[in-house]
Amino acid sequence: MNPRRVRRRVVNGVMTGLVGVLSFLAVLSLILILGNLVVKGASSLDWNFFTKNPVPAGESGGGVANAIVGTSIIVGLACLIGLPIGIGAGLYLAEFGSGRLGWTVRFVADVLNGTPSIVVGIFAWTWLVKPMGHFSALAGAVALAILMVPMLARTTEEMVRLVPHSLREAALALGYPRWRTSLRIVARTALAGIVTGSLVGIARIAGETAPLLFTALGNLNFSTHVLEPMQALSLQIYQYATGPFDEWHRLAWAAAIVLMGLVLLLSVAARWAIRQRHGAAR
Amino acid sequence: MAPPADARLQLEAVRLTALYGRRAVVKDVSIILPAHTVTAVIGPSGCGKSTFLRCLNRMHELSEGGWVTGTVLLDGDDIYADAVDPVQLRRRVGMVFQRPTPFPTMSIYDNVAAGLRVNGHRSRADVDAAVERALRRAALWDEVKDRLRRSALALSGGQQQRLCIARALAPEPEVLLLDEPTASLDPAGTQRIEELCHELKTNYTIVIVTHNLQQAARVSDYTAFFYVGDLVEVGRTEMLFTTPTQERTEAYITGRFG
Amino acid sequence: MTALPIEPVATAAQEPRWRLLRGVNVGDRVYQGVLTVLAVTLPLLLLALVGELLVSAWPAIRRFGPHFLWSSVWDPVAGVFGAAPMIFGTLASSLIALVIAVPLALGVSIFLTEFAPKWVRQPIAFLVELLAAIPSVVYGLWGIFVLIPFLRSTVVPSLRAVLGWTPFFDGVFYGNSLLAGGVILAIMIVPYIAAVSREVLLAVPASQREAALGMGATRWEAVWTAVVPYGRAGLIGAIILGLGRALGETMAVTMLIGNRHDIGLSVLQPAYTMAAAIANEFSEATTNLYLSALFEVGLLLFVITVVVNALARLLIWQVARGTAVGSRAL
Repeated sequence: MNPRRVRRRVVNGVMTGLVGVLSFLAVLSLILILGNLVVKGASSLDWNFFTKNPVPAGESGGGVANAIVGTSIIVGLACLIGLPIGIGAGLYLAEFGSGRLGWTVRFVADVLNGTPSIVVGIFAWTWLVKPMGHFSALAGAVALAILMVPMLARTTEEMVRLVPHSLREAALALGYPRWRTSLRIVARTALAGIVTGSLVGIARIAGETAPLLFTALGNLNFSTHVLEPMQALSLQIYQYATGPFDEWHRLAWAAAIVLMGLVLLLSVAARWAIRQRHGAAR
Repeated sequence: MAPPADARLQLEAVRLTALYGRRAVVKDVSIILPAHTVTAVIGPSGCGKSTFLRCLNRMHELSEGGWVTGTVLLDGDDIYADAVDPVQLRRRVGMVFQRPTPFPTMSIYDNVAAGLRVNGHRSRADVDAAVERALRRAALWDEVKDRLRRSALALSGGQQQRLCIARALAPEPEVLLLDEPTASLDPAGTQRIEELCHELKTNYTIVIVTHNLQQAARVSDYTAFFYVGDLVEVGRTEMLFTTPTQERTEAYITGRFG
Repeated sequence: MTALPIEPVATAAQEPRWRLLRGVNVGDRVYQGVLTVLAVTLPLLLLALVGELLVSAWPAIRRFGPHFLWSSVWDPVAGVFGAAPMIFGTLASSLIALVIAVPLALGVSIFLTEFAPKWVRQPIAFLVELLAAIPSVVYGLWGIFVLIPFLRSTVVPSLRAVLGWTPFFDGVFYGNSLLAGGVILAIMIVPYIAAVSREVLLAVPASQREAALGMGATRWEAVWTAVVPYGRAGLIGAIILGLGRALGETMAVTMLIGNRHDIGLSVLQPAYTMAAAIANEFSEATTNLYLSALFEVGLLLFVITVVVNALARLLIWQVARGTAVGSRAL
């Protein structure tokens, strides 16, 4: 065979192998991370872990109950604030967003999406913590909501735009006013996609630490009071991982499994919501 | 064209011009569409027939840059008057589109009831009766009566189109506008819909846009021929097809262009 | 044709045909109003954010002027602040991250779009996306207890053996270092670059690849000479997007980079990034000037990331015009 041909074939083979290896390495890092999580933390996941609060430094035992509850409350509050605004803004962009205001909102959403979360954190500190005089779960929730809104606006807009124009026309021709067409027909059809986008957004903010550092601050005790500092899983992991005690490190791994589990659950649920839609639309 | 004896409900276009921005796609059209008849609107692609249809239920103005001059009278009332709510109008003038568009998140029952529910609250019994009546009129009842709660997407293309017709009929419009309703259907589905036109005209006034000349000949009482925005000729279907008065009409019908 | 039981439409005794309503539907106006209000919060929020950063940073801006950018003195006690080490560390760690991540990410995206058999695509794509879902603090945790020991035991000695004569691998390696920060950033940005690159490559018309194959090119040649160049702008955009993410990363970096105000050529030494500095020192800022200096750092970080992200989006648009490619990654 022509030597040039052979060389090209060899190059083809080598490069194919190379991209395969690179992909393998990328996946490998994932396996290493998740694997270590499980290996180092699974043994600490006992009943105490989920139900007890942290014990004084240096002592053993104790759990992350306050952090689990804290994350739930802060994320829940953030959703309460962020979901309506984010989805509403997304609907605006899809329905009325072809003008100058629409362009501005879209541009701003993209800018906010790229803003480092620590910057959002210090902004929330200035606007909520400083005036109030103390840290609070509410401030943390607002910071997370600020992160959530632009994300949701873009994904909601994208999902609503996917609905065929003919559907909208059919509703209008039936005598549906524009607002009802937008809500009852278009948004309803795009609902699975909107839900997916929301779940992905919630998964993102559930894992955030930086915005909570100077807002929710963290709390060694169990607290459900939203105007007080509150513990969150991500904060707990950070405090334990960077602390001096081995006991803390052990707990950090376990807490990381819980946080990762939550994020995974939300991500899988997001995927499931989309699949349901494809299943129905046969 | 002389109006027929029964002029109870007529749709009448008076010097209707439909434009996109500065471009007129329907030019100074005046036509009477008599009650309880089927009028076919024919013409080559881009002649403005669909746009004309969409002027009859004020859908044209929903398009980017769409507006009209002149007017359309429904039973003598100007539908373009300032005080008229287009949403209300569209409940009296229904439309079925080229491709079937059942609402994907609704069942068959809910699809048909959609136009009713938006009109105000009715009792369950009323809605049930209206849904059955509409499905019977669309010749779909027997095929779906056992699966009303199933998704509308499970139906075949032809069935979906008949569903859309039932959906348009349920709110009891006076006029039914059909925009190439059989364009995406197979021959069996097409035949079914054409039969429907015959049956429905007893109770409704029908305007059907079609690019299929044989269909126009089969289905309609009157035919209007459009060419590049102008209404070239309109008259009784048999007359238009056998002895057209305009040269362009004859050229189109005999297939010299299309 | 069967006769259907059609009842005649009720005629005479029905309500007036016309219910003429005034003008536009009230519902429409309310709906548009509500949505507009919700949408307008976004620009207002951005204005508030930028305004707040400027106002809070102003004392430091006024005191230090442009020297802030190139002075390496960071002395809270004396009230003198210079951000040069942080800026250097941010850029250096991001650069290291890109050097490692770009081949990995491009490899993954090319593999997934061009070479992988169909059944393997979805699982691998899912796994790579999962990398993006891992919270930063979990990366940091793994970095402290797994990555750094690994670097210390295996990687650094090898690097030193080969490249120890260069100034880049000088000095004692304690673990927390620019290198550790760079490596963890690399792993974190791979999924973003890979996801956007994949979308860019998928947006390249199939005709490009087919034309090359039709002329007798091997699979690899078709990809490398026809598909990739066509999507070049978008791929560069994807890389810059990854850069944008790396610049703003906080938690994992602050847990691994050493948090020291130092500029040095050796990647084995501790360093600092802007985000890490804010995270670390914000709660310790005792004086107003200190706080203001940190706000100025935040403002700088914000401006740099916005510019980088805008550039990335511009480039991605060139290949995938008008679509929302990459919007999820942003």
